[in-house]
Amino acid sequence: MLAEVLRRLLATIPVMGVVALAVFALLHVTPGDPAVIIAGDYATTDDIARIRTRLGLDQPFHTQVAIWLGRVVRGDLGTSIFSGLPVSTLIGQRAATTIWLTLFAMLISVGVGVPIGVVAAWRKGSWLDRAVMVFAVSGFSMPTFWLGFILVYVFAITAGWLPVQGYAPLAGGVGSFLSHLILPALTLSVVYMALIARMTRASMLGVLDEDYIRTAFAKGLAPSGVLVRHALKNASLPIVTIIGIGFALLIGGAVVTESVFALPGLGRLTVDAIVRRDYPVIQGVLLVVSGAYVMINLIVDVLYVVLDPRIRY
Amino acid sequence: MLRRQPTLAIGLVVLLLIVAAGVLAPVWWTGDSQQMRPAERLRPPSAVRWFGSDHFGRDVYTRTLYGARVSLVVGASVALLSLALGTTLGLVIGFYRRLDAVMMRVMDGLMAIPAILLALALMAMMRASVRNVIIALVIPEIPRVVRVVRASVLSLREHTMVEAARALGVRTPRILVRYILPALVAPLLVQATYVCASAILFEAYLSFLGAGTPPHIPSWGNIMAEGKTYVQLAFWIILFPGLFLALTVLAINLVGDGLRDLLKIRG
Repeated sequence: MLAEVLRRLLATIPVMGVVALAVFALLHVTPGDPAVIIAGDYATTDDIARIRTRLGLDQPFHTQVAIWLGRVVRGDLGTSIFSGLPVSTLIGQRAATTIWLTLFAMLISVGVGVPIGVVAAWRKGSWLDRAVMVFAVSGFSMPTFWLGFILVYVFAITAGWLPVQGYAPLAGGVGSFLSHLILPALTLSVVYMALIARMTRASMLGVLDEDYIRTAFAKGLAPSGVLVRHALKNASLPIVTIIGIGFALLIGGAVVTESVFALPGLGRLTVDAIVRRDYPVIQGVLLVVSGAYVMINLIVDVLYVVLDPRIRY
Repeated sequence: MLRRQPTLAIGLVVLLLIVAAGVLAPVWWTGDSQQMRPAERLRPPSAVRWFGSDHFGRDVYTRTLYGARVSLVVGASVALLSLALGTTLGLVIGFYRRLDAVMMRVMDGLMAIPAILLALALMAMMRASVRNVIIALVIPEIPRVVRVVRASVLSLREHTMVEAARALGVRTPRILVRYILPALVAPLLVQATYVCASAILFEAYLSFLGAGTPPHIPSWGNIMAEGKTYVQLAFWIILFPGLFLALTVLAINLVGDGLRDLLKIRG
């Protein structure tokens, strides 16, 4: 088991290597001089020269690659051009908000998506099943930020139950922390929830036809027990897979959601960095977020072995 | 055919209506999408201004209809380009084993970067234009198409007809084009609808975040980005373009689901 986990961990190294190279290459995708683009329209020749030296763009290309990879391996993400602060510090300041947001969204999505998927499969063809399928297709097509504005309009502006925007840290009290986070988390969860509900239904349908499920029902076991212990357990692999793969949707959605609700997270950091062409920050966020994605999917791979002991790598 | 596939039929009808709205935008009782009427700022929807007016007094209905053009052009172009490039790469990678191991690691790495962040970072290095939005959205989609194509090629490569062709001395490029490609048309058609739907969503996200279509072109994301400040005063600036966006993406996804059932493709 431990050896397998280690082997999977080693397999992430080439993937992260490609991510690091791709993030480096981003600077050079434009036909022009990256230093000129980063410096912006009103830059003087001196500004451009300073940025060029600062980002190491005056070095030969292979040296640049070597320096960049060396820094990434040491965990040095460089310093922000705009604020002069280390990128790792900036990410550290903003990460908590994004982690809470995605965590809550994930809990809501799995907490609602899996049960409705199970019920839809159990009552296949009923109006309940149709309702879940309509939700799954329309939820997956929903523009995240638009949904956010609708929820804000209904629950915050019209009803006045929840704050319109902003973030309250956990240290300032659980009540205000949750009231600021509930609408963003709900907004972010819908697409992911739709995806999970659809995959749960499909995977459950495959299992519910099996003989042992019929036997379990025939024995007179409670339907809830059969569905959860006999069926869901055996249908769980594709669901866990989609939870891992769909995490990218969650991160992407977080960028947009944070913008709607003015949450000071990694998404806002990225968008601000893009407006200011603060490239070291953009590169740092891309590396950290992609690393998180790879790690989540590593956990999913390890979960496979836990969920299905037959699987061996 | 359409009667047995109600989702496909509904999706196609809605999509056709949206295409008609965009292509024939000047016909549908619209005005000038840029004309400002300072005296008529932030007016709610009425008999004259069906979707209300924005903070410059511009007609939101007109702008929303014209906005369909950007979304449809971006969606169609991204679907076509990423499919063409992804299919070519996927065919080559799937057939030449030596390339396969290395190239698939590269694709895995690219796919580990969330698509919207990659597109945002690309836009940061390019000037805002519809063409550059298309480029920034094609790059993250290519590895996803390559994966689908490669998986099909790997299974088809062992197919008897390919073995037979090989035995007859048919060369690899010809096998790829004549034997493998036709079998890929159905799954790629379905894939194209999903790529198109997500490209339309992503264009709106990029424009909403200020890194997409330039502000002087009305696109759904732009209109909503400008309406963001007035969400408490003039909700209609966000409501209507978003509704069109949601309906368009939904229609394309319905067409995709319908095609998938019709063509009996798993996954």
